[in-house]
Amino acid sequence: MRAATAVGSDISPAVNLGMFLVFVVITLVIVLRVHRKNQTTTDYFVAGRTFTGGQNGAAIAGDYLSAASFLGVAGAIAIYGFDGFLYAIGFLVAWLVALLLVAEMLRNTGRFTMADVLAFRLRERPVRFAAAISTIAVCLFYLLAQMVGAGSLVNLLLGQQDGLGQSITIAVVGLLMVVYVLIGGMRATTWVQIIKFGLLIAGAVLMSAWVLGKYGFNFSDVLGAAVDKSPEGSKILSPMGQYGKSTTSKLDFISLSIALVLGTAALPHVLMRFYTVPSAKVTRRSVSSAVGMIGLFYLCSLVLGFGAAALVGPEKILAAPGKANSAVPLLAYELGGTLLLGFISAVAFATILAVVAGLTIAASAAFAHDVYAHVIKKGNVPVEKELQVARITSVVIGVIAIAGSIMAKNQNVAFLVALAFAVAASANLPTILYSLFWKNFTTRGAVWSIYGGLVISIGLIIFSPVVSGSPTSLFPDATFAWFPLANPGLVSVPIAFFLGWLGSVTETGADAAKFAELEVRGLTGAGAE
Amino acid sequence: MTSPHGARPTPEAYLKAHATPEFAELRSRFRRFSFPMTGVFLVWYFAFVLCAAFATEWMATPVWGVINIAIIFGLLQFVSTGIITWLYMRHAKKELDARADSMRAELETVQR
Repeated sequence: MRAATAVGSDISPAVNLGMFLVFVVITLVIVLRVHRKNQTTTDYFVAGRTFTGGQNGAAIAGDYLSAASFLGVAGAIAIYGFDGFLYAIGFLVAWLVALLLVAEMLRNTGRFTMADVLAFRLRERPVRFAAAISTIAVCLFYLLAQMVGAGSLVNLLLGQQDGLGQSITIAVVGLLMVVYVLIGGMRATTWVQIIKFGLLIAGAVLMSAWVLGKYGFNFSDVLGAAVDKSPEGSKILSPMGQYGKSTTSKLDFISLSIALVLGTAALPHVLMRFYTVPSAKVTRRSVSSAVGMIGLFYLCSLVLGFGAAALVGPEKILAAPGKANSAVPLLAYELGGTLLLGFISAVAFATILAVVAGLTIAASAAFAHDVYAHVIKKGNVPVEKELQVARITSVVIGVIAIAGSIMAKNQNVAFLVALAFAVAASANLPTILYSLFWKNFTTRGAVWSIYGGLVISIGLIIFSPVVSGSPTSLFPDATFAWFPLANPGLVSVPIAFFLGWLGSVTETGADAAKFAELEVRGLTGAGAE
Repeated sequence: MTSPHGARPTPEAYLKAHATPEFAELRSRFRRFSFPMTGVFLVWYFAFVLCAAFATEWMATPVWGVINIAIIFGLLQFVSTGIITWLYMRHAKKELDARADSMRAELETVQR
C-alpha cells in the first residue's frame, strides 16, 4: 500500500514533465530541420535511404523496444522471476530470422513495404490489398497497446486511477506522433527513434550498474537478495512461475514463444526500417548492430527485474498502480529518488512515442503506397498525391488510435502486443518466406495465407479467455471462450503456412521468370533502388 | 524508376544471369549457410523453451551459488545469438559480397 502513496506523493510532476518536454523540444527541432528535405515518396517513407548501418541499427532498436520491453519484461521478471526472462530471450533470438532470411532480400526486392516484395512476382492488386490489411491490423493493435500503456504510466506517476490525466496523456502522445510523422516523415521518425534508444540504453545501463554496484558487482548476490524478498523464494529463479499452473498454460507459453520468434521479422514497422539505408549490405550491418544493442538492453532488463525484486520487493510492486509495469519506475525511485524517477519516466514516454511514430508511418505507407497508389489507382498516381494520401492516412490513424485508446484506457490491453506478434507471424511471415524462397508460390497461396493467418489469429483470441469467461477477461461476465490459449500462434502459424502451400499447389501458373528475377535481384542487388 | 547504381537490367538479362553457374554458386553459398543455421537456432531455442516448460526440475538445478541451469541456458541463448550473427557477417563478407557485387556490376552495365 505504501508504494502507491510513495510514488503518489513524493514525485514531482514538474520534474517528470520537464524532462519529457526537453525530449519533445529537441526532437521537434530535429523534425523541423529535416522537414524541407521531404519531397519524394522515397524521402518521406524511407528517408531517402540515407542512414548508416549504425544509425539504422539504433533506430531499429528504438523502433522495436517498446514499453512492453522496457517496463513489461523487467516487471515480469520482478514479479514472476525467470518467466519474464523468457520473453526477453524470444524477443532477441527472433532477430536471427530477420538477419539470416529476410532483411537483405527484402531490401533488394522492395521499395517501402512488405507488399512490394509479394507484388514483385504475384498478381499485384490482390496481394497488395491483403498485405496492407494485415499491416494495418498489426499496426493498430500495437498502437493501442502502446498508447493505453502511456495512459497507465501517468496513473502510476500521479498515483491515481482513471484520472483526466490519462486521457490527456493519450491525446498528447497521439498528437505528437502525428506531428512527427506528418512534418518529418521517416527522417524525423528515425531521429526520434535514435535519440530514444540512446536515452533508453543510458537509463538501462546506468540503473543496472547501480543495482549491481549495491551488491558488489556480483549478479549471484542480486539473485540471492531477490529470492530472500520474494514470497515464492528460490522458485523465482526457475521457469514456469507464471506459466506452470497446468499443461494448458505451458502450451500457452509455447504458443507465445512461437509468435515472438517468428513475428519479429514480419512486423511492418521493423520491415520498413530495412529500406532506409543505401544497400542490402548496410541493411545487414543495421540488423547485426541492432542485435548487439537489443541484446545489451535485455541483459540490463534481467538485472533491473531481479534488482527491482530485491530492492523494492514484489509485494510493493503489485500494490502500486500499474502493478508489474511499475517495477522499473519504483526501482528508479528507490535508487535515485525523484530525479532518476523523472528521467526514467521521460525515457518511458520517449519509448512509447518513438514506437508509435514508427507504427504510424508503416500503416500510412501500407495504405497510401499499396492500397491507394497501386490497388485503387493501379500505379498511375503522381508523387504529390501519394504523399498527400500518406499524410491524411497518418492523421486518420492518429485519430483512430487516440479515440480507441481513450475508450480502452481502463481495459487490460497488454494482450494486444502478443496479438500483434501472432498476427505478424501468421499472416505476414509465411508469405514473405514463400515469396523469397519458394518457386511454386502463387497469388492464391499468398492471399489464403494472409487472410487465413489474420482471421484465425484474431478469431482464436476472440474465443479465448482473454476476451471472455475469466475474471481478467475483457468481458468477464460473458462466456464464449472455447479456445483455451491466450496466444493463438501454436495453431495459427502452422495453419497459415499450410494455407500458403495449399493455395499454391491448387493453382497453376507460378511465374517462373519473375521468380528468377526476384532471386537474382534479391541476392545480387542488381536493379535494386 | 532506375537504380541509382546503374541501369535497371531487362527481364531477359535477369533470366540469363539466373542460368549462370556464378549465380548458382552465389545462391547455394547463401542457402547452404542460412537455411541450416536457421534450423540450428530454432532447434536450440525451442529446446530451451521445451525444457523451460517441461523439464522445470532439471532447469532449477543450482550450478554456482543460486545460479541454476535455467539462467545459464538462457544466457547461452544470448551468446549463441551473438555468435550466429558474427558467423553470418563473416560468411557474407567472405563468400557472398564479392560474388554479388561482380554480378550486379555486370548486370547493371551490360544493358542499355
